[in-house]
Amino acid sequence: MLQAESLACERGGRLLFKSLEFTLAPGTLLRVLGPNGAGKTSLLRILCGLARPVAGRVLWSGEDAHALGEEYGRRLLYLGHLSAIKEDLTPRENLRFAQRLVGLEAPRAALDEALARLGLAGREDVPARYLSQGQKRRAALARLALSRALPLWILDEPLAALDVHAIDTVLALIGTHLADGGMAVLTSHQEIELASASILRLVLAG
Amino acid sequence: MLASLAGIIERDLRLAFRRKGDVAQVLVFFVIVASLFPLGTGAEPNQLRAMGPGVVWVAALLAALLSLNRLFAADYADGSLEQMLIAAHPLAVTVAGKTIAHWLTTGLPLTLLAPLLGVQYDLPGAALGALVASLALGTPVLSLIGAVGAALTLGTRGAAVLLALLVLPLYVPVLVFGAGAVGAALAGLPHGAHLSLLGAFLVFSTVFAPWATCAALRIALD
Repeated sequence: MLQAESLACERGGRLLFKSLEFTLAPGTLLRVLGPNGAGKTSLLRILCGLARPVAGRVLWSGEDAHALGEEYGRRLLYLGHLSAIKEDLTPRENLRFAQRLVGLEAPRAALDEALARLGLAGREDVPARYLSQGQKRRAALARLALSRALPLWILDEPLAALDVHAIDTVLALIGTHLADGGMAVLTSHQEIELASASILRLVLAG
Repeated sequence: MLASLAGIIERDLRLAFRRKGDVAQVLVFFVIVASLFPLGTGAEPNQLRAMGPGVVWVAALLAALLSLNRLFAADYADGSLEQMLIAAHPLAVTVAGKTIAHWLTTGLPLTLLAPLLGVQYDLPGAALGALVASLALGTPVLSLIGAVGAALTLGTRGAAVLLALLVLPLYVPVLVFGAGAVGAALAGLPHGAHLSLLGAFLVFSTVFAPWATCAALRIALD
């Protein structure tokens, strides 16, 4: 269970939000909404522990996520708006090193299957610099297909730069994750339709 | 923990292997800088021998400095560093792994190349041995201290110049005792004390530098 306790965030001397509270139960999706500059990315960075809030704290199963440190990192899949794709590595290598960072070692067949799921079959061995923007994003999102063991997914604009087919795949992966009792926090400017999942909406006014 | 460390080293070595040009640039820079001095000052053997240790050490130091910005900057720009900060192992492991990989791709080849440059300065065998030993102990310190500087200047404008201004003064003790060891060997004096001090610097920076680097990285990404 993920809880936000009276979070406040300041960016460049401007207060983006304060007294932000929510509780995210297993099987729930939190969709963060708001105009550009409202603090959606800042909130996500605070939730995953990259940034510190000026007030309040993030609780994971009742414990301070910041104090948990790596223990929290072992529960968490975070995809920022930067894809963390190395241009000199192939999609398969990128995926393998990314999974290793969260403590998951995947065999080659599983890596290739995850990439195929995102429509990158046949591109596993091409250095990422030869892939298009959307394909690089897909390579990053292939982590979703391998991260069932991680209960909390925090995704910043996961659907940006994707085509209709890839959007369906990503939503299906998120749906399965929620049905398995996982949690997800995401920002998206697109409408999200997920049957049978409870969706919380959090609107940041800016 | 060790598996995570090996994983980080493997990743960075693989990236360096894919960008062999970056590694080669640093080594070529080292060779060229160290070769310019005999051309500029004339080939008088006694003079060359006298300035050889200092010149080779300064060239190694500048070459190491040149390579520092690739330690974190690329991972910072593409978001990989974010992922490393919230990884399932302590950030110190990541920093240690990246520093070791940096030394393996710069400090180690510089150390192996140095005797060839020493020959240019007509250094005798004993002095060449001292040169290799002092670089083997000193270049890891350059990587460790350099990592602190690279982390502190992440995302700043004019990072390369700022990094040089920040790190070069901290390199002074390593330079003094590194070149001093070779100078002593050249004069036929014992140089064990110099090497012991370099070893002490290495131990000291192994303990404190990664800690400072982690703190700087967290600030840079906040």
